[in-house]
Amino acid sequence: MAKNTSKTEKKGALSIKNVTKIYDPTGVNVMAVDNCSMEIAAGEVCMIVGPSGCGKTTLLNAIAGFHSITEGSIHLDGELLCGPERPKAEQSAERMVVFQHGALFPWKTLQENVAYGPTVQKALSPSQAMEKGGQMLAEAGLGNFIKKFPGEVSSGMARRAEIVRALINNPKVLLLDEPYRAMDALTKQIMHESLLETYDRTGVTIFFITHDLEEAIFLGDKVHIVTTRPCQLKKTVEVKIPRPRSYETQSSEKFRKLLVEVNDAVHEEAVKAFKAGEREMA
Amino acid sequence: MMNYLQALFSNTTTRRGFGAIIIFLFIWHIGSQLDEWTGYDLLGIGLVPPPVDVFTAFLGVMPKTGYWMSWVASFSRVITGFLVAMLVGIPFGLLLAVNRYFRGVFFPPFEILRPIPPLAWVPASLIFWPTNEMSIAFVTFLGAFFTIVINVLGGARNIDISYLRAAQSMGASQFDLFWKIVLPGTLPSIFTGAAVGMGITWEVVLAAEMISGGGTQGGGGLGFFIWSSYMGGSLEQIIVGMISIGIAGYLSSSAIRKIGFHFMPWRRLF
Repeated sequence: MAKNTSKTEKKGALSIKNVTKIYDPTGVNVMAVDNCSMEIAAGEVCMIVGPSGCGKTTLLNAIAGFHSITEGSIHLDGELLCGPERPKAEQSAERMVVFQHGALFPWKTLQENVAYGPTVQKALSPSQAMEKGGQMLAEAGLGNFIKKFPGEVSSGMARRAEIVRALINNPKVLLLDEPYRAMDALTKQIMHESLLETYDRTGVTIFFITHDLEEAIFLGDKVHIVTTRPCQLKKTVEVKIPRPRSYETQSSEKFRKLLVEVNDAVHEEAVKAFKAGEREMA
Repeated sequence: MMNYLQALFSNTTTRRGFGAIIIFLFIWHIGSQLDEWTGYDLLGIGLVPPPVDVFTAFLGVMPKTGYWMSWVASFSRVITGFLVAMLVGIPFGLLLAVNRYFRGVFFPPFEILRPIPPLAWVPASLIFWPTNEMSIAFVTFLGAFFTIVINVLGGARNIDISYLRAAQSMGASQFDLFWKIVLPGTLPSIFTGAAVGMGITWEVVLAAEMISGGGTQGGGGLGFFIWSSYMGGSLEQIIVGMISIGIAGYLSSSAIRKIGFHFMPWRRLF
Protein backbone atom coordinates (compact mmCIF):
# COMPACT_ATOMS: atom_id res chain seq x y z
CA MET A 1 0.00 0.00 0.00
CA ALA A 2 1.43 3.34 -0.99
CA LYS A 3 1.11 5.71 1.88
CA ASN A 4 -0.05 9.18 1.12
CA THR A 5 2.79 11.34 2.32
CA SER A 6 1.82 14.91 1.69
CA LYS A 7 3.51 17.77 3.48
CA THR A 8 1.54 17.34 6.71
CA GLU A 9 1.79 13.54 6.52
CA LYS A 10 -1.88 12.83 6.59
CA LYS A 11 -3.14 9.58 7.98
CA GLY A 12 -6.31 7.61 7.56
CA ALA A 13 -6.30 6.09 4.06
CA LEU A 14 -9.14 3.60 3.88
CA SER A 15 -9.13 0.84 1.34
CA ILE A 16 -12.35 -1.11 1.02
CA LYS A 17 -11.96 -4.14 -1.23
CA ASN A 18 -14.74 -6.41 -2.48
CA VAL A 19 -16.65 -6.20 0.76
CA THR A 20 -19.78 -8.30 1.00
CA LYS A 21 -22.07 -8.47 3.99
CA ILE A 22 -24.90 -10.95 4.28
CA TYR A 23 -27.22 -10.66 7.25
CA ASP A 24 -28.83 -13.88 8.30
CA PRO A 25 -31.04 -13.03 11.22
CA THR A 26 -33.92 -15.45 10.63
CA GLY A 27 -32.51 -17.86 8.12
CA VAL A 28 -33.40 -15.53 5.25
CA ASN A 29 -30.20 -14.22 3.72
CA VAL A 30 -30.27 -10.50 3.22
CA MET A 31 -27.39 -9.15 1.21
CA ALA A 32 -26.72 -5.66 2.50
CA VAL A 33 -23.42 -5.01 0.76
CA ASP A 34 -22.33 -6.79 -2.40
CA ASN A 35 -18.75 -6.75 -3.59
CA CYS A 36 -18.28 -3.10 -2.77
CA SER A 37 -14.90 -1.47 -3.29
CA MET A 38 -13.72 2.06 -2.74
CA GLU A 39 -10.46 3.83 -2.04
CA ILE A 40 -10.41 6.78 0.31
CA ALA A 41 -7.22 8.76 0.39
CA ALA A 42 -5.74 10.04 3.65
CA GLY A 43 -7.25 13.33 4.66
CA GLU A 44 -10.06 13.08 2.16
CA VAL A 45 -13.67 14.03 2.79
CA CYS A 46 -15.57 11.15 1.33
CA MET A 47 -19.33 11.41 1.08
CA ILE A 48 -21.49 8.32 0.66
CA VAL A 49 -24.88 8.93 -0.93
CA GLY A 50 -27.54 6.33 -1.65
CA PRO A 51 -31.17 5.37 -1.11
CA SER A 52 -32.49 4.62 2.38
CA GLY A 53 -31.73 1.20 3.76
CA CYS A 54 -29.18 0.43 1.07
CA GLY A 55 -26.42 -0.75 3.35
CA LYS A 56 -24.37 2.42 3.81
CA THR A 57 -24.53 2.14 7.58
CA THR A 58 -23.51 -1.52 7.33
CA LEU A 59 -20.34 -0.40 5.63
CA LEU A 60 -19.70 2.20 8.32
CA ASN A 61 -20.35 -0.35 11.06
CA ALA A 62 -17.81 -2.69 9.46
CA ILE A 63 -15.15 0.04 9.43
CA ALA A 64 -15.93 1.00 13.04
CA GLY A 65 -15.84 -2.63 14.16
CA PHE A 66 -19.46 -2.90 15.26
CA HIS A 67 -20.30 -5.60 12.74
CA SER A 68 -18.43 -8.33 10.91
CA ILE A 69 -18.15 -8.62 7.14
CA THR A 70 -18.85 -11.77 5.15
CA GLU A 71 -16.26 -11.37 2.41
CA GLY A 72 -13.59 -8.94 1.30
CA SER A 73 -11.26 -6.79 3.35
CA ILE A 74 -10.83 -3.29 4.75
CA HIS A 75 -7.43 -1.73 5.35
CA LEU A 76 -6.53 1.45 7.18
CA ASP A 77 -3.16 2.92 6.22
CA GLY A 78 -2.18 -0.48 4.89
CA GLU A 79 -3.09 -2.31 8.07
CA LEU A 80 -5.77 -4.93 7.95
CA LEU A 81 -8.90 -3.97 9.90
CA CYS A 82 -11.01 -6.87 8.84
CA GLY A 83 -10.74 -9.55 6.22
CA PRO A 84 -11.10 -13.27 5.64
CA GLU A 85 -9.05 -14.15 8.73
CA ARG A 86 -10.69 -11.62 10.98
CA PRO A 87 -14.29 -10.83 9.99
CA LYS A 88 -14.82 -8.16 12.63
CA ALA A 89 -12.53 -5.18 13.10
CA GLU A 90 -11.47 -4.24 16.59
CA GLN A 91 -13.07 -1.07 17.92
CA SER A 92 -10.53 1.65 18.35
CA ALA A 93 -10.19 5.35 19.00
CA GLU A 94 -8.44 5.73 15.63
CA ARG A 95 -11.88 5.35 14.02
CA MET A 96 -14.41 7.48 15.86
CA VAL A 97 -18.10 7.39 15.01
CA VAL A 98 -20.54 10.27 15.28
CA PHE A 99 -23.90 8.59 15.49
CA GLN A 100 -27.10 9.25 13.57
CA HIS A 101 -29.15 10.04 16.65
CA GLY A 102 -26.33 11.43 18.73
CA ALA A 103 -24.67 9.48 21.50
CA LEU A 104 -23.38 11.99 24.00
CA PHE A 105 -23.81 10.43 27.43
CA PRO A 106 -26.83 12.25 28.87
CA TRP A 107 -25.53 11.89 32.44
CA LYS A 108 -22.28 13.72 31.75
CA THR A 109 -21.81 17.41 31.02
CA LEU A 110 -20.39 18.34 27.63
CA GLN A 111 -16.98 18.76 29.22
CA GLU A 112 -17.14 15.39 30.99
CA ASN A 113 -18.27 13.78 27.75
CA VAL A 114 -15.30 15.14 25.86
CA ALA A 115 -12.90 14.22 28.67
CA TYR A 116 -14.17 10.63 28.75
CA GLY A 117 -11.95 9.24 25.97
CA PRO A 118 -8.54 10.44 27.21
CA THR A 119 -9.55 9.49 30.77
CA VAL A 120 -10.46 5.87 30.07
CA GLN A 121 -7.45 5.49 27.78
CA LYS A 122 -5.38 6.88 30.67
CA ALA A 123 -3.76 9.16 28.09
CA LEU A 124 -4.39 12.11 30.41
CA SER A 125 -5.20 12.42 34.08
CA PRO A 126 -8.88 13.15 34.72
CA SER A 127 -8.20 16.80 35.54
CA GLN A 128 -5.95 17.27 32.49
CA ALA A 129 -8.58 15.62 30.32
CA MET A 130 -11.25 17.96 31.70
CA GLU A 131 -9.03 20.95 31.01
CA LYS A 132 -8.26 19.90 27.47
CA GLY A 133 -11.92 19.03 26.88
CA GLY A 134 -12.97 22.48 28.04
CA GLN A 135 -10.40 24.07 25.75
CA MET A 136 -11.46 22.09 22.72
CA LEU A 137 -15.12 22.86 23.34
CA ALA A 138 -14.26 26.54 23.60
CA GLU A 139 -12.41 26.33 20.28
CA ALA A 140 -15.57 24.87 18.77
CA GLY A 141 -17.53 27.85 20.05
CA LEU A 142 -19.11 26.01 22.97
CA GLY A 143 -17.15 27.71 25.73
CA ASN A 144 -20.26 28.89 27.55
CA PHE A 145 -21.88 25.48 27.57
CA ILE A 146 -19.19 23.15 28.88
CA LYS A 147 -20.99 22.66 32.20
CA LYS A 148 -24.34 21.91 30.55
CA PHE A 149 -25.82 18.47 30.13
CA PRO A 150 -26.57 17.33 26.56
CA GLY A 151 -30.29 17.59 27.30
CA GLU A 152 -29.89 21.28 28.03
CA VAL A 153 -28.33 22.35 24.72
CA SER A 154 -29.69 22.43 21.17
CA SER A 155 -29.21 19.47 18.86
CA GLY A 156 -26.72 21.49 16.84
CA MET A 157 -24.56 22.20 19.85
CA ALA A 158 -24.80 18.58 20.98
CA ARG A 159 -23.63 17.39 17.59
CA ARG A 160 -20.70 19.79 17.57
CA ALA A 161 -19.76 18.62 21.07
CA GLU A 162 -19.95 15.03 19.88
CA ILE A 163 -17.52 15.78 17.07
CA VAL A 164 -15.20 17.40 19.61
CA ARG A 165 -15.52 14.27 21.77
CA ALA A 166 -14.40 12.21 18.79
CA LEU A 167 -11.55 14.54 17.80
CA ILE A 168 -9.95 14.70 21.24
CA ASN A 169 -8.91 11.07 20.67
CA ASN A 170 -6.88 12.10 17.59
CA PRO A 171 -8.66 9.68 15.30
CA LYS A 172 -7.36 8.90 11.82
CA VAL A 173 -10.87 8.61 10.48
CA LEU A 174 -14.07 10.30 11.52
CA LEU A 175 -17.12 8.24 10.63
CA LEU A 176 -20.32 10.25 10.47
CA ASP A 177 -23.68 8.60 9.93
CA GLU A 178 -26.14 11.27 8.78
CA PRO A 179 -25.24 13.46 11.72
CA TYR A 180 -27.28 16.46 10.57
CA ARG A 181 -30.34 14.55 9.45
CA ALA A 182 -33.03 16.09 11.60
CA MET A 183 -31.76 19.64 11.48
CA ASP A 184 -33.30 22.64 9.82
CA ALA A 185 -31.54 24.24 6.88
CA LEU A 186 -30.14 27.15 8.88
CA THR A 187 -28.65 24.98 11.61
CA LYS A 188 -27.25 22.65 8.96
CA GLN A 189 -25.49 25.55 7.34
CA ILE A 190 -23.76 26.41 10.59
CA MET A 191 -22.90 22.76 11.20
CA HIS A 192 -21.33 22.50 7.75
CA GLU A 193 -19.20 25.58 8.25
CA SER A 194 -18.11 24.32 11.65
CA LEU A 195 -17.23 20.88 10.27
CA LEU A 196 -15.26 22.38 7.38
CA GLU A 197 -13.44 24.61 9.78
CA THR A 198 -12.59 21.59 11.93
CA TYR A 199 -11.48 19.66 8.88
CA ASP A 200 -9.23 22.45 7.67
CA ARG A 201 -7.66 22.51 11.12
CA THR A 202 -7.16 18.78 11.67
CA GLY A 203 -7.09 17.22 8.21
CA VAL A 204 -8.74 14.09 9.54
CA THR A 205 -10.15 11.65 6.99
CA ILE A 206 -13.92 11.93 6.92
CA PHE A 207 -16.30 9.17 5.94
CA PHE A 208 -19.71 10.80 5.84
CA ILE A 209 -23.05 9.17 5.05
CA THR A 210 -25.84 11.45 3.93
CA HIS A 211 -29.05 11.75 1.95
CA ASP A 212 -28.59 15.43 1.36
CA LEU A 213 -26.98 15.92 -2.06
CA GLU A 214 -26.12 19.56 -1.56
CA GLU A 215 -24.46 18.66 1.71
CA ALA A 216 -22.52 15.92 -0.05
CA ILE A 217 -21.14 18.26 -2.70
CA PHE A 218 -20.55 21.17 -0.38
CA LEU A 219 -18.50 19.15 2.09
CA GLY A 220 -16.94 16.42 0.00
CA ASP A 221 -13.80 15.89 -2.02
CA LYS A 222 -15.48 12.91 -3.56
CA VAL A 223 -19.10 11.84 -3.61
CA HIS A 224 -19.60 8.10 -3.84
CA ILE A 225 -23.06 7.20 -5.05
CA VAL A 226 -24.02 3.68 -4.06
CA THR A 227 -26.77 1.47 -5.44
CA THR A 228 -29.88 0.33 -3.67
CA ARG A 229 -29.59 -2.88 -1.64
CA PRO A 230 -27.26 -4.67 -2.00
CA CYS A 231 -24.91 -1.74 -1.72
CA GLN A 232 -22.36 -1.36 -4.53
CA LEU A 233 -20.39 1.60 -5.73
CA LYS A 234 -22.30 3.04 -8.69
CA LYS A 235 -20.47 6.22 -9.48
CA THR A 236 -17.88 8.52 -7.99
CA VAL A 237 -18.13 12.24 -8.57
CA GLU A 238 -15.07 14.32 -7.80
CA VAL A 239 -15.79 17.74 -6.38
CA LYS A 240 -13.08 20.02 -7.65
CA ILE A 241 -14.16 23.08 -5.78
CA PRO A 242 -11.21 24.62 -3.95
CA ARG A 243 -11.16 24.94 -0.19
CA PRO A 244 -11.84 26.79 1.99
CA ARG A 245 -15.44 26.78 0.80
CA SER A 246 -18.10 29.14 1.98
CA TYR A 247 -21.83 29.06 1.62
CA GLU A 248 -21.57 31.24 -1.50
CA THR A 249 -20.02 28.22 -3.18
CA GLN A 250 -23.47 26.69 -3.26
CA SER A 251 -24.77 29.23 -5.72
CA SER A 252 -21.89 28.82 -8.17
CA GLU A 253 -22.40 27.34 -11.65
CA LYS A 254 -19.94 24.53 -10.93
CA PHE A 255 -21.86 23.50 -7.83
CA ARG A 256 -25.18 23.42 -9.71
CA LYS A 257 -23.71 21.25 -12.47
CA LEU A 258 -22.32 18.76 -9.96
CA LEU A 259 -25.67 18.69 -8.21
CA VAL A 260 -27.44 17.73 -11.44
CA GLU A 261 -24.86 15.02 -12.10
CA VAL A 262 -25.20 13.50 -8.64
CA ASN A 263 -28.96 13.89 -8.65
CA ASP A 264 -29.32 11.95 -11.93
CA ALA A 265 -27.36 9.02 -10.54
CA VAL A 266 -29.14 8.98 -7.21
CA HIS A 267 -32.58 9.44 -8.68
CA GLU A 268 -32.25 6.28 -10.74
CA GLU A 269 -31.37 4.29 -7.62
CA ALA A 270 -34.10 5.89 -5.59
CA VAL A 271 -36.69 4.83 -8.18
CA LYS A 272 -35.30 1.29 -8.12
CA ALA A 273 -35.39 1.22 -4.34
CA PHE A 274 -38.95 2.51 -4.32
CA LYS A 275 -40.10 -0.14 -6.82
CA ALA A 276 -38.34 -2.87 -4.84
CA GLY A 277 -40.16 -1.62 -1.77
CA GLU A 278 -43.48 -1.78 -3.64
CA ARG A 279 -42.75 -5.37 -4.66
CA GLU A 280 -41.98 -6.32 -1.08
CA MET A 281 -45.24 -4.80 0.08
CA ALA A 282 -47.28 -6.55 -2.65
CA MET B 1 -41.05 30.77 60.91
CA MET B 2 -43.35 33.49 59.58
CA ASN B 3 -40.89 34.24 56.83
CA TYR B 4 -40.71 30.61 55.95
CA LEU B 5 -44.50 30.35 55.72
CA GLN B 6 -44.66 33.53 53.66
CA ALA B 7 -42.08 32.14 51.26
CA LEU B 8 -43.96 28.86 51.08
CA PHE B 9 -47.26 30.52 50.23
CA SER B 10 -45.81 32.91 47.70
CA ASN B 11 -45.27 29.79 45.59
CA THR B 12 -48.20 29.30 43.18
CA THR B 13 -47.92 25.52 43.20
CA THR B 14 -48.11 25.38 46.99
CA ARG B 15 -51.06 27.78 47.10
CA ARG B 16 -52.88 25.76 44.48
CA GLY B 17 -52.18 22.52 46.36
CA PHE B 18 -53.51 23.86 49.65
CA GLY B 19 -56.48 25.44 47.89
CA ALA B 20 -57.35 22.10 46.33
CA ILE B 21 -57.16 20.34 49.69
CA ILE B 22 -59.44 22.93 51.29
CA ILE B 23 -61.97 22.63 48.44
CA PHE B 24 -61.85 18.86 48.79
CA LEU B 25 -62.54 19.09 52.55
CA PHE B 26 -65.42 21.48 51.83
CA ILE B 27 -67.04 19.10 49.33
CA TRP B 28 -66.52 16.25 51.77
CA HIS B 29 -68.28 18.28 54.44
CA ILE B 30 -71.24 19.09 52.15
CA GLY B 31 -71.46 15.43 51.13
CA SER B 32 -71.57 14.26 54.72
CA GLN B 33 -74.26 16.79 55.64
CA LEU B 34 -76.43 16.33 52.55
CA ASP B 35 -78.75 13.93 54.30
CA GLU B 36 -79.42 16.28 57.22
CA TRP B 37 -79.82 19.38 55.06
CA THR B 38 -81.98 18.05 52.23
CA GLY B 39 -83.37 14.78 53.48
CA TYR B 40 -81.72 12.99 50.57
CA ASP B 41 -78.28 11.49 50.58
CA LEU B 42 -76.14 10.97 47.57
CA LEU B 43 -75.63 7.22 47.15
CA GLY B 44 -75.15 6.58 50.87
CA ILE B 45 -72.68 9.42 51.20
CA GLY B 46 -74.54 10.62 54.28
CA LEU B 47 -72.87 7.80 56.20
CA VAL B 48 -69.49 9.41 55.91
CA PRO B 49 -68.48 11.28 59.05
CA PRO B 50 -67.83 14.98 58.40
CA PRO B 51 -64.19 16.11 58.32
CA VAL B 52 -64.64 17.90 61.64
CA ASP B 53 -65.50 14.60 63.37
CA VAL B 54 -62.48 12.95 61.80
CA PHE B 55 -60.33 15.81 63.01
CA THR B 56 -61.78 15.42 66.49
CA ALA B 57 -60.97 11.71 66.35
CA PHE B 58 -57.45 12.62 65.31
CA LEU B 59 -57.15 14.97 68.29
CA GLY B 60 -58.32 12.02 70.36
CA VAL B 61 -55.61 9.63 69.18
CA MET B 62 -52.87 12.23 68.92
CA PRO B 63 -51.76 12.12 72.55
CA LYS B 64 -51.75 8.33 72.56
CA THR B 65 -48.33 6.78 72.11
CA GLY B 66 -49.95 3.72 70.49
CA TYR B 67 -50.91 5.76 67.43
CA TRP B 68 -47.42 7.20 66.97
CA MET B 69 -45.84 3.83 67.65
CA SER B 70 -47.96 2.54 64.79
CA TRP B 71 -46.36 5.12 62.53
CA VAL B 72 -42.94 4.07 63.71
CA ALA B 73 -43.75 0.38 63.33
CA SER B 74 -45.10 0.70 59.78
CA PHE B 75 -42.37 3.06 58.68
CA SER B 76 -39.60 0.87 60.01
CA ARG B 77 -41.11 -2.18 58.30
CA VAL B 78 -41.47 -0.34 55.01
CA ILE B 79 -37.95 1.06 55.17
CA THR B 80 -36.41 -2.27 56.16
CA GLY B 81 -38.21 -4.22 53.44
CA PHE B 82 -37.58 -1.53 50.88
CA LEU B 83 -33.88 -1.09 51.63
CA VAL B 84 -33.21 -4.82 51.60
CA ALA B 85 -35.12 -5.05 48.31
CA MET B 86 -32.98 -2.26 46.84
CA LEU B 87 -29.73 -3.75 48.16
CA VAL B 88 -30.52 -7.18 46.76
CA GLY B 89 -32.62 -6.15 43.77
CA ILE B 90 -30.30 -3.64 42.09
CA PRO B 91 -27.23 -5.91 41.85
CA PHE B 92 -29.45 -8.85 40.98
CA GLY B 93 -31.16 -6.93 38.17
CA LEU B 94 -27.84 -5.61 36.84
CA LEU B 95 -26.33 -9.08 36.88
CA LEU B 96 -29.34 -10.41 34.98
CA ALA B 97 -28.82 -7.65 32.43
CA VAL B 98 -25.08 -7.98 31.84
CA ASN B 99 -24.34 -11.67 32.34
CA ARG B 100 -25.86 -14.17 29.94
CA TYR B 101 -25.14 -17.20 32.13
CA PHE B 102 -26.52 -15.61 35.24
CA ARG B 103 -29.65 -14.66 33.30
CA GLY B 104 -29.98 -18.20 31.94
CA VAL B 105 -29.97 -19.69 35.42
CA PHE B 106 -31.88 -17.13 37.48
CA PHE B 107 -34.33 -15.51 35.13
CA PRO B 108 -36.74 -18.47 34.67
CA PRO B 109 -37.36 -19.07 38.41
CA PHE B 110 -37.60 -15.32 38.92
CA GLU B 111 -40.24 -15.05 36.24
CA ILE B 112 -42.27 -17.88 37.79
CA LEU B 113 -42.18 -16.31 41.25
CA ARG B 114 -42.78 -12.76 40.03
CA PRO B 115 -46.49 -13.03 39.12
CA ILE B 116 -47.38 -14.34 42.60
CA PRO B 117 -48.98 -11.37 44.39
CA PRO B 118 -47.06 -10.43 47.56
CA LEU B 119 -50.21 -10.95 49.62
CA ALA B 120 -50.40 -14.55 48.48
CA TRP B 121 -47.12 -15.03 50.35
CA VAL B 122 -48.62 -13.92 53.66
CA PRO B 123 -50.00 -17.25 54.94
CA ALA B 124 -46.93 -19.21 53.87
CA SER B 125 -44.53 -16.73 55.40
CA LEU B 126 -46.52 -16.58 58.64
CA ILE B 127 -45.97 -20.32 58.93
CA PHE B 128 -42.45 -20.26 57.59
CA TRP B 129 -40.85 -17.45 59.60
CA PRO B 130 -40.48 -17.81 63.38
CA THR B 131 -41.91 -14.38 64.27
CA ASN B 132 -44.75 -12.29 62.88
CA GLU B 133 -42.33 -9.41 62.54
CA MET B 134 -40.09 -11.38 60.22
CA SER B 135 -43.07 -12.53 58.16
CA ILE B 136 -44.22 -8.96 57.64
CA ALA B 137 -40.70 -7.81 56.77
CA PHE B 138 -40.33 -10.66 54.29
CA VAL B 139 -43.60 -9.94 52.51
CA THR B 140 -42.75 -6.24 52.39
CA PHE B 141 -39.40 -7.09 50.87
CA LEU B 142 -41.04 -9.24 48.19
CA GLY B 143 -43.44 -6.44 47.30
CA ALA B 144 -40.62 -4.13 46.32
CA PHE B 145 -38.07 -6.69 45.17
CA PHE B 146 -39.74 -7.94 42.00
CA THR B 147 -40.65 -4.45 40.81
CA ILE B 148 -37.15 -3.14 41.40
CA VAL B 149 -35.47 -6.07 39.66
CA ILE B 150 -37.70 -5.92 36.61
CA ASN B 151 -37.15 -2.17 36.27
CA VAL B 152 -33.39 -2.42 36.67
CA LEU B 153 -33.23 -5.27 34.18
CA GLY B 154 -35.39 -3.44 31.65
CA GLY B 155 -33.50 -0.19 32.13
CA ALA B 156 -30.08 -1.76 31.74
CA ARG B 157 -31.12 -3.74 28.68
CA ASN B 158 -32.61 -0.64 27.05
CA ILE B 159 -29.48 1.49 27.22
CA ASP B 160 -28.87 2.90 23.76
CA ILE B 161 -26.31 0.64 22.11
CA SER B 162 -24.67 3.76 20.66
CA TYR B 163 -23.54 4.74 24.17
CA LEU B 164 -21.82 1.40 24.63
CA ARG B 165 -20.29 1.51 21.17
CA ALA B 166 -19.07 5.07 21.62
CA ALA B 167 -17.52 4.23 24.99
CA GLN B 168 -15.87 1.09 23.64
CA SER B 169 -14.46 2.92 20.65
CA MET B 170 -12.96 5.45 23.01
CA GLY B 171 -11.21 2.61 24.80
CA ALA B 172 -13.44 1.94 27.80
CA SER B 173 -12.70 -1.29 29.66
CA GLN B 174 -15.46 -3.62 30.86
CA PHE B 175 -15.08 -2.03 34.28
CA ASP B 176 -15.51 1.48 32.82
CA LEU B 177 -18.47 0.34 30.77
CA PHE B 178 -20.25 -0.99 33.82
CA TRP B 179 -19.57 1.86 36.24
CA LYS B 180 -19.61 4.79 33.83
CA ILE B 181 -22.20 3.74 31.26
CA VAL B 182 -24.45 0.89 32.39
CA LEU B 183 -24.96 2.11 35.94
CA PRO B 184 -25.73 5.79 35.22
CA GLY B 185 -27.76 4.70 32.19
CA THR B 186 -29.87 2.50 34.46
CA LEU B 187 -30.31 5.07 37.26
CA PRO B 188 -33.57 6.52 35.89
CA SER B 189 -35.08 3.02 35.79
CA ILE B 190 -33.72 2.29 39.26
CA PHE B 191 -35.58 5.30 40.60
CA THR B 192 -38.75 4.46 38.68
CA GLY B 193 -38.55 0.99 40.19
CA ALA B 194 -37.93 2.47 43.63
CA ALA B 195 -40.93 4.80 43.38
CA VAL B 196 -43.28 2.04 42.23
CA GLY B 197 -41.74 -0.42 44.69
CA MET B 198 -42.22 2.01 47.57
CA GLY B 199 -45.92 2.26 46.72
CA ILE B 200 -46.28 -1.51 46.66
CA THR B 201 -44.39 -1.76 49.95
CA TRP B 202 -46.99 0.42 51.67
CA GLU B 203 -49.84 -1.60 50.21
CA VAL B 204 -48.26 -4.83 51.33
CA VAL B 205 -47.22 -3.77 54.81
CA LEU B 206 -50.74 -2.54 55.58
CA ALA B 207 -52.38 -5.74 54.42
CA ALA B 208 -49.79 -7.87 56.21
CA GLU B 209 -50.38 -5.98 59.45
CA MET B 210 -54.13 -6.47 59.17
CA ILE B 211 -53.78 -10.19 58.55
CA SER B 212 -51.06 -10.94 61.07
CA GLY B 213 -52.57 -8.88 63.86
CA GLY B 214 -49.88 -6.25 63.94
CA GLY B 215 -46.84 -8.27 64.84
CA THR B 216 -44.99 -7.87 68.08
CA GLN B 217 -43.93 -4.21 67.95
CA GLY B 218 -45.76 -1.75 70.14
CA GLY B 219 -48.61 -0.02 68.34
CA GLY B 220 -48.95 -2.74 65.76
CA GLY B 221 -48.62 -0.52 62.73
CA LEU B 222 -51.03 1.68 60.79
CA GLY B 223 -52.66 -1.31 59.10
CA PHE B 224 -53.39 -2.81 62.49
CA PHE B 225 -54.59 0.60 63.69
CA ILE B 226 -57.23 0.68 60.92
CA TRP B 227 -58.19 -2.91 61.54
CA SER B 228 -58.66 -2.43 65.27
CA SER B 229 -60.63 0.77 64.63
CA TYR B 230 -62.87 -1.28 62.38
CA MET B 231 -63.26 -3.91 65.07
CA GLY B 232 -64.04 -1.14 67.57
CA GLY B 233 -66.59 0.33 65.15
CA SER B 234 -65.03 3.78 64.94
CA LEU B 235 -65.51 5.04 61.41
CA GLU B 236 -63.80 8.33 62.23
CA GLN B 237 -60.72 6.56 63.48
CA ILE B 238 -60.60 4.35 60.38
CA ILE B 239 -60.43 7.49 58.28
CA VAL B 240 -57.74 8.94 60.55
CA GLY B 241 -55.74 5.77 59.84
CA MET B 242 -56.36 6.04 56.11
CA ILE B 243 -55.25 9.64 55.91
CA SER B 244 -52.19 8.80 58.00
CA ILE B 245 -51.20 6.22 55.42
CA GLY B 246 -51.77 8.73 52.64
CA ILE B 247 -49.42 11.16 54.33
CA ALA B 248 -46.87 8.45 55.07
CA GLY B 249 -46.89 7.34 51.43
CA TYR B 250 -46.54 10.92 50.25
CA LEU B 251 -43.57 11.50 52.54
CA SER B 252 -41.90 8.32 51.28
CA SER B 253 -42.34 9.12 47.60
CA SER B 254 -41.17 12.71 47.99
CA ALA B 255 -38.08 11.40 49.75
CA ILE B 256 -37.38 9.16 46.75
CA ARG B 257 -37.92 12.06 44.38
CA LYS B 258 -35.46 14.19 46.37
CA ILE B 259 -32.84 11.46 46.35
CA GLY B 260 -33.41 10.84 42.65
CA PHE B 261 -33.00 14.52 41.92
CA HIS B 262 -29.75 14.52 43.86
CA PHE B 263 -28.28 11.54 42.01
CA MET B 264 -29.51 12.50 38.55
CA PRO B 265 -28.78 16.18 38.05
CA TRP B 266 -29.21 15.75 34.30
CA ARG B 267 -32.87 14.91 34.82
CA ARG B 268 -34.56 18.11 35.81
CA LEU B 269 -37.96 16.54 35.50
CA PHE B 270 -38.54 13.33 37.36
